[in-house]
Amino acid sequence: MARSVKKGPYVDERLLARIHEMNAKREKRVLKTWSRASTLTPDFVGHTLAVHNGNKFVPVYVTENMVGHKLGEFAPTRLFRGHSGKLTADKKAKVEGAA
Amino acid sequence: MARIAGVDLPREKRVEIGLTAIFGVGRSTAARILDRTAIAPATRVRDLTDAEVSRLRQVIERDFRVEGALRTEVAMNIKRLMDIGCYRGVRHRRGLPLRGQRTRTNARTRKGPRRTIAGKKKVLAKK
Repeated sequence: MARSVKKGPYVDERLLARIHEMNAKREKRVLKTWSRASTLTPDFVGHTLAVHNGNKFVPVYVTENMVGHKLGEFAPTRLFRGHSGKLTADKKAKVEGAA
Repeated sequence: MARIAGVDLPREKRVEIGLTAIFGVGRSTAARILDRTAIAPATRVRDLTDAEVSRLRQVIERDFRVEGALRTEVAMNIKRLMDIGCYRGVRHRRGLPLRGQRTRTNARTRKGPRRTIAGKKKVLAKK
């Protein structure tokens, strides 16, 4: 079921406060956050957030198109490297090289 | 001939069904259109007068997004998801289901026909 409109979007209050503070100071720093459930509001546009994926922080640069999505959608929690077998061996090497 | 939004309507059907030949018009949209144009849903498409057809055309063009425009909109929405790199976009790119369904089995609608993996052991077939 979707969240009630009456409540408005969920954004972690401390995170939002830090964003507002940065907006007021006109500065841009990478904010580490664990708040994957927070919805992106227009205030976030232009900032980069390091979103925790359970293992490490994934940098997410927020664009206008992302407003309304949640932070967690941009930091995948699973890493699929492909199934075993000869065919995938060279593909695998590529993925590991990139990571 | 009743040609609306670039689609020929099937002539022998009742308009309420015939309109659903248009991409973007289902049963409920068809009912709404007929209500607004004041055409009886039971009329056969071939029995529509020219005035009625042009009324249908007008209402559909003005108030509904159908066919090409609708397809473009859907494609744009999917493209947006893919461009922002969100989970749903990634699933679209990989051709996997978006809404958390299992992919260990099933999910054939998204994945398409089975591609057998060579060398994979088969479970003993019963005789």
